[in-house]
Amino acid sequence: MPEPVVAVVGTGQAGFQAAASLRQDGFAGRIILIGDEPVLPYQRPPLSKSYLAGESGLDELWLRPESFYAQHQIDLLAGETVTAIDRTQRRVQLGSGGKLSWDHLILATGARFRPLAMPGAELDGVLPLRTLADADTLRERLDQARDVVVVGAGFIGLEFASVAIAGGAAARIIEVTQHPMGRVVSATISRFFTDAHRRWGAEVLLGTGVARILGTGGRVSGVETSDGQHLPADLVLICVGVIPNAELAREAGLNVDNGIVVDQCLATADPAILAIGDCANFPTPFATGRVRLESVQNAVDQARCVAAHISGKLEPYDKVPWFWSDQGDLKLQIAGITAGHDAAVLRGDPGSGRFSVFCYRAGRLIGVESVNQTADHVAARRLLAGDPGLTPQQAADESYDLRAHTRRLAAR
Amino acid sequence: MPQITYVHSNGTRQTLDVPVGTSVMRGAILNGIDGIVAECGGEMMCATCHVYVEEDQLARTPTQSDDEKAMLEFTASERRPNSRLSCQLVVTPELDGLVVYLPETQV
Repeated sequence: MPEPVVAVVGTGQAGFQAAASLRQDGFAGRIILIGDEPVLPYQRPPLSKSYLAGESGLDELWLRPESFYAQHQIDLLAGETVTAIDRTQRRVQLGSGGKLSWDHLILATGARFRPLAMPGAELDGVLPLRTLADADTLRERLDQARDVVVVGAGFIGLEFASVAIAGGAAARIIEVTQHPMGRVVSATISRFFTDAHRRWGAEVLLGTGVARILGTGGRVSGVETSDGQHLPADLVLICVGVIPNAELAREAGLNVDNGIVVDQCLATADPAILAIGDCANFPTPFATGRVRLESVQNAVDQARCVAAHISGKLEPYDKVPWFWSDQGDLKLQIAGITAGHDAAVLRGDPGSGRFSVFCYRAGRLIGVESVNQTADHVAARRLLAGDPGLTPQQAADESYDLRAHTRRLAAR
Repeated sequence: MPQITYVHSNGTRQTLDVPVGTSVMRGAILNGIDGIVAECGGEMMCATCHVYVEEDQLARTPTQSDDEKAMLEFTASERRPNSRLSCQLVVTPELDGLVVYLPETQV
């Protein structure tokens, strides 16, 4: 019998982890890891944090050194694309011309930067931040930049702005809603971070969009907002979200709806094809419907889930989601999914710079957002793994011992 | 260059030169030591770079932050008084000769 083959499309955190976990779980067949970036698999979070700031280098960015792949017999095809999936023959077509057969196919294709379709978007100095190549360009440009405009106040935009300011540039942040990071955090956290960025020196413009990007001689010179303001700029970062890379799946006849649609075990309608990480749209007990999450935790835990699945241990994916963001001297840590909460209580005083927001829906704790308060975050991850049984009154009472509460739950 | 000894859970010892300023975690990753997972890359968001520091060397290691103490709650193997997150052990000349024991599992 020929050895079984697992092909993994995508060399981001999810793809890398799937390959690594398969080996760790004892999978003895062939593992092929295919990605279009011509570099070793790397970590994405530092690209808008320490790597961008020049505080860490490539050695700290690689998930593993080159020798790891040979040592674990993982065939890494970096700089290779997959152009089509043939489900009948169970093969993928490679951009370089060859075909590869597989028994299981893991789609970890990630997401790509969402471009802004508007006049001036093509100007030199209007840049995205998604890949290592993007970060390298930005690192270089930031050295000379004086006036930075960030379009979109999500995690990446805000992280970028804080690095730009620390580097001595002026930063203006444009957000079309009234709430920076509003898709993923409570109004309290959104306001707290808006105030912090203003304190650090950024100008934060809320409720306004970009009308057009201005330039001279092919280079960006400014941004005109939809309410008519003219902002000077020699560097514009576009970070208005991402598009999941789901085209391969769609063209192969698989269901796509804000990502590749998978079941609770992360399998597509074709049981031999799984999807994980940023590109996967999955059902979760941590929200009311399906979600697609962009995070290290989601990538890593889903990769472990499908690796176990292929190794014969089929279990639904049910890990507590967690996220983090570093902005200035603030570390935001989120456990659970707080979007859709109908009540929120504070634990601690935002004025102290260390506090958490406990978010509830229909009386049940669904997520906790912590600022420089890791102990709360740790407790929250434990609580959310089961029935939290924590009332808003207990959450708001700083003298109520969360650790003891989690221990009592564990002992049940 | 300071030398750090990693003792695998099966007892095998591996001694590596780890540059000053590099963490004990990164030293392991760059040298293909599988007993360290380092899922979050050193951001203190997970506890998959857990090590046990040789008892009589504990005093030489950098002070534990509250964040590290909190995150150590998540170790997959038993947490002991000499448990540390190796991402927080940044190598200095004083750490030359440090011995760390890798737990049986990190996840």
